[in-house]
Amino acid sequence: MLGNLHSTAAPLTASATTSASVPGVVETRHLDFFYGNHQVLFDVSLRVVQHEILALIGPSGCGKSTFLRTLNRMNDLVPSARWQGEVLIDGQDIYAPGCDVMALRRKVGMVFQRSNPFPFSIEENVAYGVKINHLARDRQHRAEIVERSLRAAGLWEEVKDRLRHPALALSGGQQQRLCIARALAVEPEILLMDEPASALDPIATARIEELAIELKQRYTIVIVTHNLQQAARISDRTSFFLMGKLMETGATQTLFTKPVRKETEDYITGRFG
Amino acid sequence: MSASASRLGTAREEGRRPRPGSDAVFHWTLRGLALAPLAILIGLGVQLFRASAASRHAFGWGFLTQSAWDPVFGHFGAWPFLFGTLLTTGVGVVIAAPLGVGTAVFLAELAPFWLRAPVGYLVELLAAVPSVVYGLWGIFVLAPWLQQSAEPWLGDHFSGVPLFQGAPYGVGYLAAGLILAVMIVPFVVGLSRQAISAVPAHQREAAYALGSTRWEVIRRVAVPTARSGIWGGILLATGRALGETMAVTMIIGNRPAVSASLFAPGYTLASVIANEFTEATGALYISSLIEIGLVLFAITVVVNLLSRLLLSRIARAGAAA
Ligand SMILES: Nc1ncnc2c1ncn2[C@@H]1O[C@H](COP(=O)(O)OP(=O)(O)OP(=O)(O)O)[C@@H](O)[C@H]1O
Ligand SMILES: [Mg+2]
Repeated sequence: MLGNLHSTAAPLTASATTSASVPGVVETRHLDFFYGNHQVLFDVSLRVVQHEILALIGPSGCGKSTFLRTLNRMNDLVPSARWQGEVLIDGQDIYAPGCDVMALRRKVGMVFQRSNPFPFSIEENVAYGVKINHLARDRQHRAEIVERSLRAAGLWEEVKDRLRHPALALSGGQQQRLCIARALAVEPEILLMDEPASALDPIATARIEELAIELKQRYTIVIVTHNLQQAARISDRTSFFLMGKLMETGATQTLFTKPVRKETEDYITGRFG
Repeated sequence: MSASASRLGTAREEGRRPRPGSDAVFHWTLRGLALAPLAILIGLGVQLFRASAASRHAFGWGFLTQSAWDPVFGHFGAWPFLFGTLLTTGVGVVIAAPLGVGTAVFLAELAPFWLRAPVGYLVELLAAVPSVVYGLWGIFVLAPWLQQSAEPWLGDHFSGVPLFQGAPYGVGYLAAGLILAVMIVPFVVGLSRQAISAVPAHQREAAYALGSTRWEVIRRVAVPTARSGIWGGILLATGRALGETMAVTMIIGNRPAVSASLFAPGYTLASVIANEFTEATGALYISSLIEIGLVLFAITVVVNLLSRLLLSRIARAGAAA
């Protein structure tokens, strides 16, 4: 029942249902998720279209982060995690036996709520994924990838003279953009962002938002946010989660102005959450 | 009630500022106590320096490089002991460091949870065994095994390496180094494990999210992030090994000579003092033993200062961070 609700509410979703294997497409089908016996996601069916920004909103604890982390199998790291249903990336079931989790995580990059650079230099942070995945031919090539990634994250001009300096000496907003650069360096198709700006001041937040809109040209982005204005500013479509259920997905404009569900309306008008 | 409240208020106000008189006494007493360790350290150094005057005048710096140790003719050189201390410590650390860091990685990252606490506890227990017990075990178990099996085997298979040439004695540098390794490994494990466990989960997640395997997360993120604690553990262990007396004295062989072979018996700074001080006759003999004490004191202080320096530099790099 919830599964077809979102497709009626969202024109973009309807168009997306036609092709299952467009690159950069994420799809979940009847996804249930449990921590031990505690069910956190209920029958979530959702589709993300190539080169769009999908915002996930909903009250705290409704399962947004959990949902996001099922898309690159970060939840595998939680021993009690169990799930049912399918998650397709580019048409491939990522929970099917034999799926290469490391390759999946390279393809589906992630930016966390708390910026988490390694305690290495700026350069080494960006080069980390390049090194472990052997993406560079030689040092020269690696330096190029580092530069390209830092440019893409809008950080190059600020750090080009101090690439060898410790990453943790950067400001909070710079650290978060460094984490974005680090994620971009392994050339993902999809970027998952879990409240990437929630710890930042308004100016740093604005930079991250601009960056997200820029990155949309090349990447598909799923972003969790508690900031409804932020969702409205940057996303093409928005999904509203409530207590582990996907209540509604729609074009952001529509969802914020004419939500289908009463619960969505209550949430966006601030009646709960 | 309001009176008591206001009285409380005043008391608190006063507590903030030191009152002249008794508070000043308190202040200076504490400061004195804080400086006491420094005073003791300096006092110790000065005493050793003074009491070794006779030896220092007789032999000068040559004391450190001379190999003769001849109480009968009054020739004293500390080189065999210095050599023995450095060599046995070297063997101990070379074995204990990788073993300890490996164990720490295993305990912090790989071992099943039910195994971590008991194994960690057993490793800690190694540090609680009195060193004389290690000495006994060395004499009755380790030395015979080295002499009959391990040293002949090493001699056969690594005959090109000078360290492994010569007759297998059992007691000697190798035996002492091995005992030291066992004795200091808990310090390496303890500090390394603590440091590795303290690597924040969000940093590991970052590494996993970039496509790292578990092994890559350990090797390229967790261990490098924990490096200051790991070095701290290794240096602490080195300090321990340098000064360890009882177990080494029981197993080193007590021969004041220098040998390139690990199988040969030798002597260390700490052992020669422990063994010979009570029987030393003659001012120069005693003075020479005291100078050996001075050398040992200087080495351990320097190693500890170095470790501090290194740790604080890494800590500062992390904090600048
Ligand atoms: N590792 C875990 N183990 C057990 N339960 C967990 C774990 N992580 C999250 N949960 C539970 O799952 C539910 C959903 O959590 P989740 O973090 O996905 O919510 P969220 O929507 O991201 O919330 P927030 O907006 O506060 O970040 C919560 O009830 C939470 O307590
Ligand atoms: Mg969350």
